[in-house]
Amino acid sequence: MNFALSDEQEFLREAARDALGRVATLAAARDALEDPAAILDLWPVAVKAGWPGLLISEPAGGAGLGTFDALLVAERLGAVLARVPFIGLMPATALLDRAAHPCLEAVATGERRPVFVPARPPVSGAESWTVEDGHGRSAPAPRVIRSGAHPRLDGQAAYVIDAPDADLLVVAATDATGSPVAAVVDAMQVQPVAAYDASRSVGHVTFDNVPAELLDVDSAELTDAWYLVQALIAAEAVGTVEAALGVSVSYAKDRYAFGRAIGSYQAVKHEIVEVLRRLENARALQFYAGWARDSRPAEFPLAASAARSVAGNALDFAARAMINVHGGIGATWEHDAPLVFRRAQLTRRLAGGHADATYRVGQAVLHNPRLVTAA
Amino acid sequence: MDLDDTPDQAAWRTEVRQWLARHQSDAPPARGDFEDPAYVEVRRSWQRSLTEAGLVGVTWPEEHGGRGRGPVDQVIINQEMARAGVPGHLDVIGIGLMGPCIIAHGSDEQRARYLAPMLHGDEVWCQLFSEPAAGSDLAGVQTRAVEQADGSWRLTGQKVWTTSAQFAAFGMCLARTDPDAVKHQGLTMFIVPMDAPGITVRGLRQISGEAEFNEVFLDDVTVTDDMVVGGVRGGWKAALTVLMFERMMIGAGAETIGFRPDRVATALAAAGADDPRVCHRLGELTAELLAVRYGGFRSLTALSRGQIPGPEAGLAKITTVNALIAAADLVCDTLGPGALTDEEWGYMTSFLPGLKSAGGTEQILRTTIGERVLGLPAEPRVDKGVPFRELRTRQIAEVAA
Repeated sequence: MNFALSDEQEFLREAARDALGRVATLAAARDALEDPAAILDLWPVAVKAGWPGLLISEPAGGAGLGTFDALLVAERLGAVLARVPFIGLMPATALLDRAAHPCLEAVATGERRPVFVPARPPVSGAESWTVEDGHGRSAPAPRVIRSGAHPRLDGQAAYVIDAPDADLLVVAATDATGSPVAAVVDAMQVQPVAAYDASRSVGHVTFDNVPAELLDVDSAELTDAWYLVQALIAAEAVGTVEAALGVSVSYAKDRYAFGRAIGSYQAVKHEIVEVLRRLENARALQFYAGWARDSRPAEFPLAASAARSVAGNALDFAARAMINVHGGIGATWEHDAPLVFRRAQLTRRLAGGHADATYRVGQAVLHNPRLVTAA
Repeated sequence: MDLDDTPDQAAWRTEVRQWLARHQSDAPPARGDFEDPAYVEVRRSWQRSLTEAGLVGVTWPEEHGGRGRGPVDQVIINQEMARAGVPGHLDVIGIGLMGPCIIAHGSDEQRARYLAPMLHGDEVWCQLFSEPAAGSDLAGVQTRAVEQADGSWRLTGQKVWTTSAQFAAFGMCLARTDPDAVKHQGLTMFIVPMDAPGITVRGLRQISGEAEFNEVFLDDVTVTDDMVVGGVRGGWKAALTVLMFERMMIGAGAETIGFRPDRVATALAAAGADDPRVCHRLGELTAELLAVRYGGFRSLTALSRGQIPGPEAGLAKITTVNALIAAADLVCDTLGPGALTDEEWGYMTSFLPGLKSAGGTEQILRTTIGERVLGLPAEPRVDKGVPFRELRTRQIAEVAA
């Protein structure tokens, strides 16, 4: 048994930390609250680090790394609230790679930016593949029409992560029978959403009977792509929680009240330790998800849902604890805590939301109790 | 990143599995009443068989009767026992904690005298550490050991939460030998024969109605000076070793403390409970338990590389106990009041509240982790550097005022 990072993985994580350390992402995120143009274009950083080709196989020009590695990069992006279209990019490249798509080399070199438009796979037979309608409800996934010589795509999806940064979309759609298909589209309308969290790129996409290219991937692969999104969001949250914890601990050591460092008071200390507890749990599940997708694919939906659930709760808790530890100043723009808070509040509601992930864990276990039989 | 067995571990697993397959039919039921001497006896002879097969104390050094194997090999045994549905060794306290303590701090004579009968289950051990007024603050024990003219010691005091005391041959007792010293420094560890005159064992009935723990009263119990482990005033060091092995035991897969989350899910499914609220609650607690499982693989990896587990191991315990409490609660909410008198769910509901304080209360674990893992400033302490006797005097005066 070996459930620790390899030297290469440690190196990948450190390299990501270094690359991002040279950019003032937090300052940009704060400036962007008032001036959306202030947001930094981090794509050159991503390309230089080789992230677009991370999951692309080596013959196709990529690095051929695993899910675990992608999650480590997501974690580092989360730690500094970096706006890189990574959550949209990774599943898109995974699907394009499965289908051995000709654009892969251009993606790996950073010339093209594909982003995945996820659809939520049905939990039971009665459900269908859905996207968000923009008003808190689910709507049918975009539909592929095959009546003419070339397939076309019609429909919409709201609050799609990273969509405004894309020049190519890989869309989880359905055909006339409701079966899932992957459609590649470059003539789309993306309406960027002025989101609550300026460090997160989000947009509504509309497909008005546009030409589409169908990818040779199956339902299982589209299901996997949905769960990859869940795992990436979870890993990103782990990084954010870790950073929030560090800032909270450091302030609790330096700030004095009633003649003592506030971290010496149990009430403060225990709240911070609760952040650590949640962080450790979220990280354990990040490892589980990263390992499962490559080594136990049948468990990946459970692992990714559990990771999303725990990490989503952890991020919300860590953001609120960060504000509490800092007192009033933590709730002002003078401080970084509101950036973490905004990240937590928006992201936990995207891509199905973390409550849906929790529900999926419950469903999975109800139908197969053996999933939690002691190992 | 690999959860599969190495070739060596796979061979070990096969060895364990094959032995269990041949002897499974001789195994006693995994759960039974320890107040019933007949059950204790079958568990004792089962331990003997396991020991003869080389399946007990595998992480102990070979020179002391172990197999010199790593913690993962112990986990493999635990997994295979669970898979076969058979119980492990009877003397969990002795094999897991007291044996390692004697190996680390005992004299050659003590090792030669006590380790082999402990391994074979002929002499079961118990841990005489906690007291009614010293639990989380273990160094505050008040049991007194007074040296006699002939070099022997007389022990007087009260211990509590003592697993196995009703059938144990020996207890490892932390007692105060020097009340004028600062509290951690005035302690000594003694081996106490449980049949010595002056010892009274009384079952401590818990919410469930079962008496899984005991109170042990020591009333002028005499032990000879060769029963001191780790030297006079060396008690705290020996106690810390025991606490470290306790963490290793938690780390090595006490994953759900014997409870069965899969049975929780089965019971809920059988009750047709698939409404979103039930699913959500089940999802939350399951995700936490899965986190403990995979976090456990991370600690085990560290352990097998020779790293010593720190207080952070307590986080897994906090998560597990609270997730299990949520599980019992969900079953009772779903099945209704009848679940409270069901053997499995009633027991689970009743047993877990006490478990929150086992191995240190949740609050003290959080304090320790905050200070030792996160480096947060310590709570101001009024007991630092003060002789124990003075602390007691001060405490008595404050309570009276």
